[in-house]
This record gives sequence, structure tokens and C-alpha cells, in this order.
Amino acid sequence: MVSLAMSPVTAPGSASTAWLESVLKAFEPSLPAPGASLGGLPRRRSAARDELRRTGLPPTRQEAWRFTSLAPLIAVPPQVLPVPELLGPKPDHPPASGALRLYWDGDRDPLAGMDLPEGLSRLETGLQDSLLGTVLEVAGTTGSWLVRFNTALAGQVLALRVRGNVAVPLELVSDCGQGSGVRPLRLLLVMEEDASLDLLEVHRAAGTSLTSVLVEAQLAPRARLRYGVLAQGTESSCLLAHLAVSQAPASELDLTTAAGGWGLVRLEPAIIQVQGSAATRLRGLQVSRDRQIADLHSLVRFEGPNGQLDQLQKAVVDDAGRSVFHGAVQVPQAAQRTSASQLSRNLLLSDRARVDAIPQLEIVADDVRCTHGATVTRLQQEELFYLRSRGLGADQAARLLLDGFCDEILASLPKSASRWEPANALLRQALPR
Amino acid sequence: MIRPDAPVLLEIRNLHATVGDQPILKGVDLTLRAGEIHAVMGRNGSGKSTLSKLLAGHPAYTVTAGTVRYRGDDLLALAPEERARAGVFLGFQYPVEIPGVSNLEFLRVATNARRLAQGGEELDTFAFEDLVCERLKVVQMDPAFLERSVNEGFSGGEKKRNEILQMALLDPLVAILDETDSGLDIDALRIVSAGVNQLATPDNCILLITHYQRLLDEITPDFVHVMAAGRILRTAGKELALELERRGYDWVDEGLASSDHAEADATALEVA
Ligand SMILES: Nc1ncnc2c1ncn2[C@@H]1O[C@H](COP(=O)(O)OP(=O)(O)OP(=O)(O)O)[C@@H](O)[C@H]1O
Ligand SMILES: [Mg+2]
Repeated sequence: MVSLAMSPVTAPGSASTAWLESVLKAFEPSLPAPGASLGGLPRRRSAARDELRRTGLPPTRQEAWRFTSLAPLIAVPPQVLPVPELLGPKPDHPPASGALRLYWDGDRDPLAGMDLPEGLSRLETGLQDSLLGTVLEVAGTTGSWLVRFNTALAGQVLALRVRGNVAVPLELVSDCGQGSGVRPLRLLLVMEEDASLDLLEVHRAAGTSLTSVLVEAQLAPRARLRYGVLAQGTESSCLLAHLAVSQAPASELDLTTAAGGWGLVRLEPAIIQVQGSAATRLRGLQVSRDRQIADLHSLVRFEGPNGQLDQLQKAVVDDAGRSVFHGAVQVPQAAQRTSASQLSRNLLLSDRARVDAIPQLEIVADDVRCTHGATVTRLQQEELFYLRSRGLGADQAARLLLDGFCDEILASLPKSASRWEPANALLRQALPR
Repeated sequence: MIRPDAPVLLEIRNLHATVGDQPILKGVDLTLRAGEIHAVMGRNGSGKSTLSKLLAGHPAYTVTAGTVRYRGDDLLALAPEERARAGVFLGFQYPVEIPGVSNLEFLRVATNARRLAQGGEELDTFAFEDLVCERLKVVQMDPAFLERSVNEGFSGGEKKRNEILQMALLDPLVAILDETDSGLDIDALRIVSAGVNQLATPDNCILLITHYQRLLDEITPDFVHVMAAGRILRTAGKELALELERRGYDWVDEGLASSDHAEADATALEVA
């Protein structure tokens, strides 16, 4: 295990193949009870298992994985992450008053025994059957390794329908605690015309675990989703999340991801404006130190005119940490008058820290306004000195500057996120010494 | 106010300093006693900001000779934050913008650091807001500036007011104000000057760095020093500033030439 964890690239062949095979075995689907409908899952699941067996782990030779070592992944025991006996509010983070919190463990039904607020309901099985996978198909990301892996493992889907304005913010919490093993989670969110929702997803892990998340969200015309993902891990834990969203005209998506502390975290937001004319706002922060790897691969595609994108991705990297940002923006011929801006800002706290920020703008339409940029900076000596000259200690000054750098992103998480003290959660381990 | 028996707060002796290999300060001597207001004038590039930043502990400058004593102790041995907590304040010529850091939060942390060092109590958020609202009046600053990031998007004059607000909160014993008047409009200059006058007490001292008499019309200095080529070339009363206004700095070159001779002579003597 130790040698695997230290090796800079995927151990070729046998070790990773064996790991994947063991995971698949641990998640062998049990035969469904006669007559039970599982909403189209079993068919997809067995197809995905076959695909995975054929392709193995993503080769780091592949462009999309070029910068991402998979060593932390195959160090995770290939078993189902045990589910603790009791679920319930953790005393350290009671839900914000008025917020609805659902605990998500991939095994039990998060909705069991819950009173859902007006406008929020469980999606009927028949609809789930026909809708599952459609957003991925629209996005063209069915073949993404993260999608396949989750599809091969997940035995249930949390499927929600949103109608009208849901006044109660929703929190989905997955806490792997000290547990070891793999936890697959899958969400299908269907937002009807004019629906609106605040959704915060919280992922926490402190053991040798892998959380695999697959989200499909479908936004009908004028639907509005404010969506936050706050993910706090530790050196030995991994998080892989594919977040696919399809947006109809006049819909608004405000997606903020904030992740830190994971041995390996990879987020893949894939947003498709199916006829353009929608608004997409992406905010991202990733924090890595020691030998941690934080990777965000985003895709935004406009399939019609007048779409808007405002994307700001930030990274804080310390020690020998590594941050990868790959931001694809696709503006085909049909997407005239698209307005897109993408900015990546990176703060390096050590000489060994490494940032790879790669914008990938594919612009075919001619009447568009697209801008992109990337900056890599260090803590500014003049700013540090100014703060110290007012009596702030060097560490305190650095921490304040870091907080300031991150706040721009964290402030756009849904409001209930403040309960989780995101700045503390993500930066506690990233302080320069 | 000059009182020969007042305690010496800051004593600079034969201070030499470099940036990289380049000498910038070449033997500064200056003594500041409690209750005194000093003005330092001098051409662009003569070393005024270097002196002030060095006193605040800026890491870019290396002291190669000389001493600085603050209330008898070695100031140069202290980290920048220790100097600030002990009561040394620098109002920056170019205050730094710090995006994302709330001005109010910054002012509170800074004030509490100083209060703790003075043996006082830390103020909680509410008590601090009371204090800051009262001190805002010193510079007639709009409370809206508290909600913004430190100096971010502040106009030149607003930044300078924010500096004096910090001085008002930190209650320093030695306040070095580096061109606080530059960027201020005529009314703002009066307001800020009145604030500084209000903050000047028999127990503290102020070092004003400025190019213009109009500031000294508002804040009357006890001493005026002319800095040239990294030294204090001349010291006199407030009439020296008026003379500079009339004559400019051409005479400085003669002064420098003759003092270079003097130095050369002194070196020659030493060698002999
Ligand atoms: N960090 C630095 N690196 C290089 N040179 C420096 C640095 N700081 C000061 N200097 C140089 O030292 C000299 C003195 O600069 P300083 O800023 O102290 O002048 P000043 O008297 O404050 O001028 P002004 O009236 O224009 O504000 C200048 O020649 C300046 O270029
Ligand atoms: Mg200057």
C-alpha cells in the first residue's frame, strides 16, 4: 500500500486491474426482487461493468487524465464502505434552521421518514426510468470514466422533482467518517419550468475511502438552481464527482464547488445549454497540500445563441500539492452572440507546488464575446507587510490573505454552507508554516 | 511642543541601509521626543520612504550600520508586528489594496493586537464597532468604507483617510506619516490635518513626511529636516519649510558637496 501511495503514476497493469476487479466484485449487484422496478439501473449497471472491465482505470497517458495520478485511488480498500448504524444530525454541525438535511450513504433511502417541503417530491419510478442517463447523453459524457465507474457500482438513485419555488434550502450530506471502502452516490434532479431550489451537497471523509458521485440535473425553461458542493477530505480519501446539468432557455445555474484536503479529488461539471439563451455561473475553489491532487475538468457547451457563462476557478496549492484545471468551453456555429468569460486564479504557497491550468476554448461561431485568462501568484509581500505593520503576526496575516483569496468563491455557496465553516474546513490544513 | 526634558521616544544614530547592494540611507541621525512634531522634506528619491519603511520593519531593507532605539530598546531587533504592537505606526505613502479582506475585520484584529500589547482587553465585535464609529469622526469618514475590502477601489484620498483612521485606532507613540497629504483635496487636507492635530498629545510624537508647506500650515512642526542623498542635511524650525518653498532644493547640492568634503576629510583623518 505504501509503495502504491508513493508511486507518482498509476502502477501499470496488474495492480490497478486487480483493484478494479475487486471493487466490481464487492459491488456485485444482487438479483432484484421479482417485480421490483429499479428505474432502469440494472441494465445500465451491467453494461457499465462490462465497459469498465474492458477499459480498466483511465490511463494517465490519456489527455484528460494526464496530470492526475491514480495512486491514492487504488490505495482505497476495494470494499463497500460500511454504513454506520445511526444516522442523524451530527452535534458539531446542526442543520441551518429552516434547511432540510438529507443524509446520503448510498445504501439507505435518504427520503425515508422525511417530510418534504412544498415543491419537492420523489420522482416517480417510471419517469426515473426514462430520464436516467438522458442528461449524460445530451452532454456526451456517458463515456467518462467517472460516469462509468459510478454507474457500475451505484445500486440506488436519489431522484427528486422540483416544482415551483422551494423555499427551504436542501442539504445533502455524505460523511464517510473514518470508514474505509468505496461509496457510490447518484442523484437525479428534475426541475420543472420556473422551479427554483438552493441545494448544498456536503462530502466529508476522514478514512481511506473513495466517494463516487454522479449527478444529473435537468433545468426546464426559467428554472433556477443554486448548487453548492462543499467537500472536505483528508490525505487518504478520494472524491470523484461528475456533475452533469442540462439547461433549457432562460434557466439559471449557479454552481459553486469548494474542495480541499483530499488525497485525490476530481470534479467534472458538464453543463450544456441545450438551446443557448441560459445563464451559467461557475465558481470553484480547490485547496491541496502535501502530495494531494485536486483536479477540476469542466465542460460548458452552448447549443444555441445568446448563452452566458461566467466562470472563475481558484486554487490554493502548498507543499508538493498539485492542482489541475481544464476548462473546456464549446461555442459551435449555432451559438451566435454567446458571451463567455473564464478566469483561473492560482495561489502558490511553496516552490514545489504545481498548477496546470488549461483553458480549452473551441469557438466556431463568429459573433461572440469570449474571454479567458489564468494567473499564478504567490502571497504578495507588500500585502503581508502592510498587515504586519498593523500588528498582525506573519501567520495571521497570511491566513487573512488566504481567506480573502478564497472568500470570493466561498461567499457564493448557498447560505446554509456557513454552518460548515467552509473557510476553516478547507484552509485549516493549507496554512503556510 | 518642545520640552527638553521630555522622554526620547525614537533615537536614530548614523543609520545606513541598502536595498540589495545599493546604499540608500547613508548616516541618518534623528531624535524624536514625546510631544514633538517633526517634518522631513527632501527631493524625490532622497530616501524618506526608505527611512519610514525601514522603521516599520520592511524586509526589503538591510541595515548596514547604525542604531535605532525606541524608548531605549533596540527597535531593529523587532519583527514588524512587534513594532506595531509596541506603538510604532507608519502611514503609508502608497497604502496597499487587499481584495477579499474586510476593512472592518482587519481594523478589529489590528486594534486588538495593539490593545493586548498595551495590557488592555480585546474588544468583541460590538464593542469594536462602537469604538470605530467614534474614531471615524476623527477623519469624517463614511462608515460604508468599513464594509469594503481593505483599500480596494478606494480613491487616493480615501486611502489616506483610512490610514489616519488606523492611527486613531492604534494609538501609537511614534507615528510616521509618509506623504499623507498627497492625494487629498483641499477640504480633505483640512479634515485629515485636524484629525492628526487631535491625535497629537504630549505623550506621543509625529514624523510628517511631506513636499508641501500647505500641510505644515495646518500642522505646525517643531522641527523641519531636509533629507538629501540618504542623510539629514539640515535641521531648523518651521521657517525652514518656508525657505524651501521659496528657494527649492538647489542649495542642497552645494550642501552635499561641502559635506562630502567634510566626510572625505574625516576619512582622511581616520586613515592618517
Ligand atoms: N525596494 C527598492 N528597490 C530598489 N530601489 C529602491 C527600493 N526602495 C527604494 N529604492 C530607491 O531608493 C531611493 C530612495 O527612495 P525613497 O522611496 O525612499 O524616496 P523618497 O524620498 O520617499 O521619494 P519621494 O519623495 O518620491 O516619495 C530611490 O532611488 C529608490 O528608487
Ligand atoms: Mg516617498
